[in-house]
Amino acid sequence: MRPEIAWAEAMKFENRHDPYRFFDELRKTPVARVADDIYVVTGYWELLALAHDPRVSSDISRSPLQAKRAAAQEPPPEAEHLTAYGRQPSMIMSDPPYHDRARRQAMRQFGPPHSPDLIPSMEPGIERLCNELLGKAAGKTRIDIVDEYGYRVPVTVICKILGVPLEDEKAFHAWIFDFMAGLDLGPEAATEEGKVRAAKGRESTAALTEYLRGLIDGYVRKPGEGLLSRLVNDDGPDGPMAPPEAAANALLLLIAGHDSTVNTISHCVLTLLRNPGSVELLRRRPGLIPRAIEEVLRLQSAVQFFPSRSATADIEVGGTVIPEGSAIFLMYGAANRDPGRFPDPGRFDPERRANEHFGWGSGIHTCFGGPLARLEVNVALEVFLQRVENPRLVVDPPPYRRNQIFRGPQHLFIDYDRIREHS
Amino acid sequence: MRAELIADVVAEFKAYGRIVIVGASLAGLRAAETLRDEGFTGPLTIIGDEKQEPYDRPPLSKQVLKGLARADHTLLPRMRKVDADWRLGVAATGLDRRVKQVRLADGEQVPFDRLLIATGTRSRPWFNPQEAALEGVFTLRTADDAGRLRAALAAGPGRVLIVGAGFIGSEMASVCRELGLAVTVAERAEGPLVGALGGVIGDIAAEMQRDHGVDLRTGVSVEALEGDAQGHVRRARLSDGTTLDVDVVVASLGSIRNTEWLEGAGLASGRWGVACDAGCRVFDINGVVTDSIFVAGDIARAPHVLYDYQFLVQEHWDNADVGGRVAAHNMVSLEPQRRPHLPLPAFWSGQFGVNIKGVGVGPFADEIVITQGSVTDRRFAAAYGRNGRIVAAVTFNHGKWLEYYGALIERSAPFPPPPPGYDHPDGMQPMPARFPTPGAPTGWPDVVLTGHDPTERGAEYEYRTKKR
Ligand SMILES: Cc1cc2nc3c(=O)[nH]c(=O)nc-3n(C[C@H](O)[C@H](O)[C@H](O)COP(=O)(O)OP(=O)(O)OC[C@H]3O[C@@H](n4cnc5c(N)ncnc54)[C@H](O)[C@@H]3O)c2cc1C
Ligand code: HEM
Repeated sequence: MRPEIAWAEAMKFENRHDPYRFFDELRKTPVARVADDIYVVTGYWELLALAHDPRVSSDISRSPLQAKRAAAQEPPPEAEHLTAYGRQPSMIMSDPPYHDRARRQAMRQFGPPHSPDLIPSMEPGIERLCNELLGKAAGKTRIDIVDEYGYRVPVTVICKILGVPLEDEKAFHAWIFDFMAGLDLGPEAATEEGKVRAAKGRESTAALTEYLRGLIDGYVRKPGEGLLSRLVNDDGPDGPMAPPEAAANALLLLIAGHDSTVNTISHCVLTLLRNPGSVELLRRRPGLIPRAIEEVLRLQSAVQFFPSRSATADIEVGGTVIPEGSAIFLMYGAANRDPGRFPDPGRFDPERRANEHFGWGSGIHTCFGGPLARLEVNVALEVFLQRVENPRLVVDPPPYRRNQIFRGPQHLFIDYDRIREHS
Repeated sequence: MRAELIADVVAEFKAYGRIVIVGASLAGLRAAETLRDEGFTGPLTIIGDEKQEPYDRPPLSKQVLKGLARADHTLLPRMRKVDADWRLGVAATGLDRRVKQVRLADGEQVPFDRLLIATGTRSRPWFNPQEAALEGVFTLRTADDAGRLRAALAAGPGRVLIVGAGFIGSEMASVCRELGLAVTVAERAEGPLVGALGGVIGDIAAEMQRDHGVDLRTGVSVEALEGDAQGHVRRARLSDGTTLDVDVVVASLGSIRNTEWLEGAGLASGRWGVACDAGCRVFDINGVVTDSIFVAGDIARAPHVLYDYQFLVQEHWDNADVGGRVAAHNMVSLEPQRRPHLPLPAFWSGQFGVNIKGVGVGPFADEIVITQGSVTDRRFAAAYGRNGRIVAAVTFNHGKWLEYYGALIERSAPFPPPPPGYDHPDGMQPMPARFPTPGAPTGWPDVVLTGHDPTERGAEYEYRTKKR
């Protein structure tokens, strides 16, 4: 299969539940050209090298996708995501020194050494919420792990951490849904429906950006609770963050701060139920849960890739020269199944050793929220395992969402005998 | 021999062989754990002259001196339970290879089939024994040392003098400033860290010290210490004719390898440590490799393929951690299963609010180039080169980039490396790295075993970075 065909197949909506067959095809050329100026990286070692190479830029304004977008009247589909986070670059789409400074400013309000207690302080609330949600499922025998369980937890937590009012959740949930559906890097983006979705995505993204700007401006005028307020008011060594920048990063933190966690919770449940014996194994040895979660992230990376990178010079890697100016997609989900790095890569092995996967990325853009996400997924899974008796998949594969980057089930229905009392 | 016979030999050794480890610290502990992990169930004896269970040294000059951790609270985390005969608090005093016995200070003889030497190093003491005996004069290597020094610093002394500005001396100076103590650092070389990182980085380290209020004196040595009537140190005389009033003096003059107990054993041991092959097997005095004696950690010196096969000693934590594991694996494996211990040297240090991390062997280089970031902001990466290839790198608050440079070093990639796509430092010209001239004592003996073609890449390196 030619790389451009394998790539198009992997990006097609109908293959969302399993793009890995096509990634295996692609990996025959670990660094493959799939369009004029797009190179996709599916080999583990090649990805590792590029994720750490300072000639690879994450700055969206240097990407050929951005240039295309600027030149075209009607933006080409693969450039859609560029509008997503607005004009001001957030840290994920920028390079040092800007990136490092923004990340330091945000981290100051989020984790150690300056804010070591924030994440641990969330744990009791997360556990309470998980139990409440299962309590609601007690009278029934079927639950949607996405809408009725996995989604509620991270969205509640990230709102609290950021200082985004939970009352606004309905509104921004709908906007984010449109944004995700409109951000399509596959062949369907060029269809009429695709264009409609893209237009809707643009509108909703604009509305979401506007909303967050308003929130930030409010915090500039009157400081309040939460990370966003502290970001624009706190006077740390790097100073307060300018409001437009803070709005761009708020958008990133709000979306990245819950969406991938939802998908990871769903994929954990899905993977355990697909592999007979693993629910029992983790019930017997709950100490294995953290490793099982890492193994799910390897197999079903919630962030499959992030398409803002490009080459600032000709870069030789894996027998290919990526020409200066090309877009580079580091395919985390594909490299995580490279048999040259992980023996028997398709197998779910919660006891796998040396499991240094790319589920959290690699290099300076390595996930900012990992410790929070780990805590959320861990508690959600633990409570699920303790209380849901005899869980079974209703449909396999479950229906997937359209988005290729932030990949996960739209719904995940589970049947069960009963919900055990909360001990 | 037929395959099943060989398998029998290994199985029999794992069941009944006798293994002795001398040195109960990082390398020794990791070796013991690995032996049990690999299914060795025979008698295992671990001999250590310190009374404490194996503990970690890096926190001693950092958290412990700051008062954030107690000196007796840095025990090494255990990877697994180790069933062994622990002989703590008794030193090995001799090795008889003919009868395969280790002699202990209490007169006992401990027999072995395989021996691991992991006796590490100790601090070089202050050169004048009378002055060294003054109250208030310290060195820092052990937990006891750290406990005593911490107590002296917590008592709020007038001025602390640190002699020697290597990593540990500089870390101590940093802690003193954090504690609000007046501190003078005296260094014979042109600046701090010069032995490990060269003069260009030394200048930056010097600026960091001065910015933080350290009274840094370079190019001077301390010639004498004077005590008061109670035998407490009160004054230091420097080679530039000045004197200092001091209440605490820490001699941070580097280390001495604990090889004395091996005298007469006929091994290739001496001032620079115990020589071994890349699989941790010790050479005898003729350079013939032994099959039953292994060495790991600070005391080991092995030829390194990346550095012209020169013998390399590495007084770094990672080297002891991984070296102990590899040595243990090789002790219970036959030839085809043996692994090389070819670490890309890696180290870290925390001082004056800066996290310093490095890979490779700086002193092997003659040139340096700042490659990324900003020296003024103390956030940068620099690469070291020799003969047009990259041999080492150092980062200041830029550790996430280290892996990139490690990969370049492993490939013997061209020096200077290609310019990054962003965050360019001001001047990107290679310049002399300014290491002390050969002949001045440095950590690198000039033993070259054989030639080396840098385009050969058959070797497998271990390279350790924490991914997250
Ligand atoms: C204050 C301090 C800070 C450090 N900070 C860092 C850092 O930030 N980063 C880094 O990479 N490295 C650091 N190091 C270095 C690191 O601690 C060493 O590389 C490591 O301890 C080496 O381990 P080892 O087991 O080889 O030797 P050692 O830890 O020296 O252990 C050898 C053991 O053998 C014992 N012994 C010696 N002779 C005999 C004998 N004849 N019989 C019985 N026992 C004997 C010794 O008492 C000792 O317990 C630091 C070291 C010190 C002292
Ligand atoms: C299981 C859940 C999560 C997964 C799998 C995940 C995965 C990732 C990955 C792969 C990247 C790297 C993107 C790139 O290639 O540049 C990343 C970056 C990021 N993530 Fe996460 N993430 C998760 C949860 C979170 C949470 C909870 C937060 C916020 C609290 C968060 C915030 C961020 C931010 C801000 C970045 C950009 C970091 C930078 O550019 O320096 N993520 N994440």
